[in-house]
Amino acid sequence: MADRPEGAASSNKPALALHVPEPKYRPGDAVDYSHLNIPEAGKQARPDETVEPKEIASFAYDLIRVLGDDNRAHGPWDPKLDADTLRTMLRNMAMVRAFDERMFRGQRQGKTSFYMKCTGEEATSVAAGMALASDDMVFPSYRQQGILIARGYPLVEMINQIYSNKGDKLKGRQLPIMYSSREHSFFSISGNLATQTPQAVGWAMASAIKGDSRIAATWVGEGSTAEGDFHSACLFATVYNAPVILNVINNQWAISSFSGFAGSERTTFAARAVGYGLAGLRVDGNDALAVYAAQQWAANRARANAGPTLIEYFTYRAEGHSTSDDPTGYRSAQEREEWPLGDPVNRLKNHLIALGEWDEDRQAAMDQQCADEVKAATKEAEKNGILGHGLHHPFRTMFQDVYEELPWHLEEQAAQARRERETKWPGEEPWT
Amino acid sequence: MSAGTKGAVETAVTSERRLNMIEAINDALNIMLERDPDVIIMGEDVGYFGGVFRCTAGLQEKYGKTRVFDTPISECGIIGVAVGMGAYGLRPVPEIQFADYIYPGLDQLISEAARLRYRSATEYIAPMTVRSPFGGGIFGGQTHSQSPESLFTHVAGLKTVIPSTPYDAKGLLISCIEDNDPVIFFEPKRIYNGPFSGYYDRPAEPWKRFDASVVPEGHYTIPLGKARKVTEGEQLTILAYGTMVHVTEAVCREKGIEAEILDLRTLVPLDIEAIEASVEKTGRCLIVHEATRTSGFGAELSALVTERCFYHLEAPVERVTGFDTPYPHSLEWAYFPGPIRIGEAIDKILKD
Repeated sequence: MADRPEGAASSNKPALALHVPEPKYRPGDAVDYSHLNIPEAGKQARPDETVEPKEIASFAYDLIRVLGDDNRAHGPWDPKLDADTLRTMLRNMAMVRAFDERMFRGQRQGKTSFYMKCTGEEATSVAAGMALASDDMVFPSYRQQGILIARGYPLVEMINQIYSNKGDKLKGRQLPIMYSSREHSFFSISGNLATQTPQAVGWAMASAIKGDSRIAATWVGEGSTAEGDFHSACLFATVYNAPVILNVINNQWAISSFSGFAGSERTTFAARAVGYGLAGLRVDGNDALAVYAAQQWAANRARANAGPTLIEYFTYRAEGHSTSDDPTGYRSAQEREEWPLGDPVNRLKNHLIALGEWDEDRQAAMDQQCADEVKAATKEAEKNGILGHGLHHPFRTMFQDVYEELPWHLEEQAAQARRERETKWPGEEPWT
Repeated sequence: MSAGTKGAVETAVTSERRLNMIEAINDALNIMLERDPDVIIMGEDVGYFGGVFRCTAGLQEKYGKTRVFDTPISECGIIGVAVGMGAYGLRPVPEIQFADYIYPGLDQLISEAARLRYRSATEYIAPMTVRSPFGGGIFGGQTHSQSPESLFTHVAGLKTVIPSTPYDAKGLLISCIEDNDPVIFFEPKRIYNGPFSGYYDRPAEPWKRFDASVVPEGHYTIPLGKARKVTEGEQLTILAYGTMVHVTEAVCREKGIEAEILDLRTLVPLDIEAIEASVEKTGRCLIVHEATRTSGFGAELSALVTERCFYHLEAPVERVTGFDTPYPHSLEWAYFPGPIRIGEAIDKILKD
């Protein structure tokens, strides 16, 4: 024990104890989710988008749900989407899943270094992305491939990036899945966590300064809400009433650290909104209709200059953190099987079937079609090369774009790199 | 997005005005707010109040609250939102009230602003000029005196600029704001009001007594990456920037040394040609900075001069720097690399 100041009286006060959070279940444990409060679908009121945040503080502790156990849409949050839109949403989610499956396999086959699936979380990017205008600016984290797919970004471009090949528009500079597409209003993914959140707020502030009509939305994992950047984002958003949506994807796990290490033992992530005076919603993240409705509500609010919204999507990371992670080492496999909010793809599929707008045969055909499309895109991308097989961008590109213009010291270093290539592969490797 | 306008120095002198460095910076900001509707200024106390050093005085009143505004005390947030604003197409000029406070914003500067152009293959850029008063000599203690420039010169993708006169401050700041890369613009606060000889026990002199306070009206630029030859000399080359330009000049004057003093003005990109030409001529090189010594920018300069001018050198390259301690409040002048430390180093270099 550290020395007390000299002369301080010895204490008869009780000994203090440190609390270190521990998840409820470890590998092999039986899982019981009865402690989770899952309200019935359709029971949550839908306030007007211009509501004062303090009037909806209770929403930060509730759970907005639309799709009931009967596969029907219930209550005022039902976005009342037509069947074509629902089928598009289902197809986008199925496509994300098919894409994830194949890219994961591709990494295992040595075609790239790294991949991250979003299995179980597809609704939080696909449905949320579809609720925004196509030119609203999104600042994603690393598990929002669903936004790109919903916005029609070509699969081949995604795979080129994942392979860091000569077709990669990012010139092989970024870790796989750290996409960027200005054309699709999709910001460059960082890889440093939560840095995108104040950037989204800044973009939204700029849009407001200019009297533009576009809003911004950002996605961040519940674990990353621990970063100071997230809190700066919340504060700047509320201070300047920025037209921005802060989406927190609570998938329960940050690699091996459960959400308790981001504070979930004491409160919800949506409740962060209460202290900042943001509108806060807590939403069933595996309910694509609820996700869509909440994002649409927040977008309407932002567009009306009524203020920013923080949305927690309660979901579950069904797979490992990435291809470099094995979750069997730290959590119970039963968690996924028992997850009480189900699977977002199945829930939307069952809803369409209940509406009489879909059936299992069409689902099977669509899944096959998605798999075929991904396979064809993979073959196409492989023409541009896979990671580590030499079909990368020319060496000179390594030195480009550090600055707008090449300064003398980089020119000298580029000359060095060029000499090294020519020594190793005389006349073979492309410099230019 | 407005295009960066770089290039020739424009000297449309319409009248001879004498400004201190604060007024010159204010003038540059005023001109850029006027010329480019995408320029915005934000920072702690910069709005209504006009900044704790008055650099933004009057600007909110003139350009409105959405162009010049106060921010929360959150350097991470200030830089973070500036990255997003840059991505939108604005040209933010955030102020960090003291360079000592910049550290909470480092991740946003190093991992985000500096690398956005590269990582997105030019889809997005983060043009911003982060203004921040730096350096000691004002009894600022350990949290209002630091010179952290080498943290930024070490980062690929950032530019680091440090003016030493009112004339330069205006022209360099305009260049920074027009530049499409993120720039750290450190303002040596000891010389905001007048150049500093390093003889702290002598009366301070205001800028208006010096020619470098003649600041033309209107727009002019000083290109980044071009050093300024402060004095011509044959005996040795002295590389300095910011406050230390004036201190070395005063020491040489007192000692009767004919030094060639180069005010680097921009650390990245560095004017290596000017450095090489001067050291090749004099054969001796002293580097002076106020920042702590170990891994300071002087180490980089020393390495460059040794690598590139070795066969012209008549003596080892010397560095005069602050000590590797926090900046002490009561013992500020014992820390400061003043006339005695500089004089000793000059004597040593010239000895053989």
